[in-house]
Amino acid sequence: MRYAMAVDTRKCVGCSDCVVACQTENNVPIGYCRDWVVEVVDGTFPQLEIEIRSERCNHCENAPCVRCCPTGASHYSDGGTVLVNSRKCIGCGACIASCPYDARYPHPDGYPDKCTFCLTNRVQKGLKPACVAVCPTKCLYFGDLEDPNSDVSRVLKVRKWKTLIPEAGTKPHLYFLI
Amino acid sequence: MANRREFIRISSLGLGGMALAGGSLSLVKGSEVIESLFQSQLSDRQRQRVPTYCEICFWKCAGWVYFNEDGKIKKIEGNDNDLNCNGRLCPRGTGGVGMYYDPDRLKTPLIRTEERGRQTFREASWDEALSYIAEKMQKIAREHGPECVALFTHGSGGKYFGDLLKATGSTNIAAPSFAQCRGPREVAFIYTFGESIDSPENTDIRDTRCLVLIGSHIGENMHNGQVQEMSDAIDRGATIITVDPRYSTAASKSKYWLPIKPATDIALLLAWIHVIIFEELYDRDYVERYTVGFEQLKEHVRNKTPEWAYGITTIKPHIIRETAREMGNASPAVIVHPGRHVTWYGDDTQRSRSIAILNALLGSWGRRGGFYRNANYELPSFPHPEFPEPKRTWREAFPGKYNLATTVLANGVCDATIPSADRSCNFKGWIVCGTNLIETLPNQKNTIEAIQNLELLAVIDTMPMEITGWADVVLPECTYLERYDSIRTGQARLPQIALRMPASEPLYDSKPSWWIAKELAKKLGLQAYFDYDTIEDLLDWQLRQIGSSLEEMQRIGVKTFERDADDLYFADGEAIEFNTSSGKIELYSPDFEAEGFDPLPNYTPHEEPPEGFYRLNYGRGPAHTFSRTANNANLTDIMEENSLWVNPKVASQWGIRNDQYVWLRNQDDITSKFPIKVRVTERIRWDSVYMVHGFGHDQKRLTRCYGKGASDTELISRVLVDPIMGGTGMRGNFVTFVLEDPAAIAADT
Repeated sequence: MRYAMAVDTRKCVGCSDCVVACQTENNVPIGYCRDWVVEVVDGTFPQLEIEIRSERCNHCENAPCVRCCPTGASHYSDGGTVLVNSRKCIGCGACIASCPYDARYPHPDGYPDKCTFCLTNRVQKGLKPACVAVCPTKCLYFGDLEDPNSDVSRVLKVRKWKTLIPEAGTKPHLYFLI
Repeated sequence: MANRREFIRISSLGLGGMALAGGSLSLVKGSEVIESLFQSQLSDRQRQRVPTYCEICFWKCAGWVYFNEDGKIKKIEGNDNDLNCNGRLCPRGTGGVGMYYDPDRLKTPLIRTEERGRQTFREASWDEALSYIAEKMQKIAREHGPECVALFTHGSGGKYFGDLLKATGSTNIAAPSFAQCRGPREVAFIYTFGESIDSPENTDIRDTRCLVLIGSHIGENMHNGQVQEMSDAIDRGATIITVDPRYSTAASKSKYWLPIKPATDIALLLAWIHVIIFEELYDRDYVERYTVGFEQLKEHVRNKTPEWAYGITTIKPHIIRETAREMGNASPAVIVHPGRHVTWYGDDTQRSRSIAILNALLGSWGRRGGFYRNANYELPSFPHPEFPEPKRTWREAFPGKYNLATTVLANGVCDATIPSADRSCNFKGWIVCGTNLIETLPNQKNTIEAIQNLELLAVIDTMPMEITGWADVVLPECTYLERYDSIRTGQARLPQIALRMPASEPLYDSKPSWWIAKELAKKLGLQAYFDYDTIEDLLDWQLRQIGSSLEEMQRIGVKTFERDADDLYFADGEAIEFNTSSGKIELYSPDFEAEGFDPLPNYTPHEEPPEGFYRLNYGRGPAHTFSRTANNANLTDIMEENSLWVNPKVASQWGIRNDQYVWLRNQDDITSKFPIKVRVTERIRWDSVYMVHGFGHDQKRLTRCYGKGASDTELISRVLVDPIMGGTGMRGNFVTFVLEDPAAIAADT
């Protein structure tokens, strides 16, 4: 099993519903977020293009945060999901510094927090992650890459896609449909 | 004037200690105690989730409220069976919890009083506050007539105050959603197709092959069903054509972006009509079968060529032709979107008529991928005595004017509140429920002058919005998550109803509108009009008339019915009687002609910004609704202030950097109270600037949003009134930049 997410940049309108839904689902404190929206404008008037991306932890196969964690607090869980065990965390901050995607924030309770793909609170109960379930444009696809019939496998088969900073060699599992 | 109202900045002194100092019993109780009591009243099922429909905007999406282990409200998710949201709320609906938890909420009734020469609010009991309002209402009724009290309303709570007002003998019930928003399109479509568009719009976007947006920024306006269907349309390869001086999010999803010169849309529309007629791209059979006035229209647009429009709109002729052909090729699965907030330049009904006519030529009305036929569902009204016939209405303040307005003009009531010798009745009392008129009506000076002439201003709201600072009495309404409201009915592809029930006892000393109106009715001796003990009794009675029950709706949240007939679209060759004078779709409007208006739309030039000034355009951001969400913590996290979009050429002329704060001054020398952050972007023309509406709050008690961003409304002092229906065109204002703090400059001189 290999969980992954795809984001359709052609449909995303950048409304940040994914951010609010994550916040209420996962009790992310006000002022922080586990996912966010990036809008890249290219060109000059009137020849313009915008790419809108809902971003979050890439749940890398070769995750620098897991490699550099001295206590094993950052670890791989089901389907390759990268999670943080806050009880093992000593708050050294190495994982935050090592992430090329800036996907982690220091939770006010003293540990790094980030996207979990809603693994335990939703996915393992048969639900989609909160951001995927809420998205009004249905631009987020989630599922098991090893299952050819999963939403994410099917959409990656028919659409052009890219990943962010592939040169970092992290083998990210957040795909952007372009 | 001795008793002139001062704007009271509901201060921390007045309200901060209230949780402890409040006089009434419910204030002493902690909210957690109340909640746990409330939880124990819920069934096991309801402890998991209770149904609601959203009140953050007018889309009214149905959802479920979920709780934490300790019984507190945790989150709201969409109801999968709801046709408005299909299980997916927008960011504002998802963030509705922030409205409930907002520590700045109004907490207890307040009455204006004077202490040591300074006006302030004192806390009052509900009984005292309602008695105060009732006495004032009765005094106004005695001295001037009951119709001199008007209601301004937006949202669900207004229904009960509307019933109350009607019971007193006033039908002056105004919603800014007409004359400050969608009124022009409703009137235009009524006089073309015999039906208004209303809400949610009957645009069949999911099945369209071509969607044309004219200043309509779907995706930035989160009109949920529309956003969802536009996304479906993108998936299905529909062509999107966006006409906007700004490269909107929708423009970025479009095959064609037409960066039109502002205020010239009618010229473009007439040129499109020209191409569609003269290249014979229109739906000939549909036009022959259903419309009247085609020959007159053809003559009317004979000279309205793309070359003619190019000089006006700056859109190249070949682009006008290409886009017209895209529409023609997609016909009838094409939507020239009627928009929603369409009060722009004062000729808005005529622009909306052009849009309606274009749709008629393309045969899209009543067709798949165009406009579907609504299914409506209404519930029987709870029995009550007949409302008295009003002796006068707002219309008498405007003899011979705005005859085609279909409802009360909010700005009309405002204008008719300012005393004038030629009017028999000036409004003396306002009840304002859920609408922040200061940020809603253009020309704030006029609004405040009207308020100064009132004998009563009672405001019902959940938050200390600016309008509360002008009130005599402020009544704290509980949020939608703490109350029942009317069953949601209305229009959609299928008939459907939805229930809102409380997910929590009202926090603080707040109350639902139905209760407030009913108690006020008692004080006025009008309880016969509210002849039910609780709203549960009322809702259950209504639901039982249609074979449902409150218990069933509590369980399912939304209930969908079958259409009476399989008639979502016109059948081939179906004989249709349109609700117009001729029974046909009126391309040429004899009714407009009879009223002295152009029976076919004409382009008239509008004033352009003077040197150094830029047209002020405004719109929506996806995380906010008007000014009402500006203090919601979940939503300020997404967007805490608005920014001013400025073209890089303009910025460089002024030496303005990205992220620099500037003040704005308009053509009437009004300067923004607060500075606004500049966003230098290629996404806007050089002749206009743009900001999201709803920021720049100057009520200090709104602690999150006080002073954040600028208010477009305060800069909209020039109002271009639509002579047809009285709408307030608000895009004829021009601003320039003030780079230094005007307060500091004033202090120096």
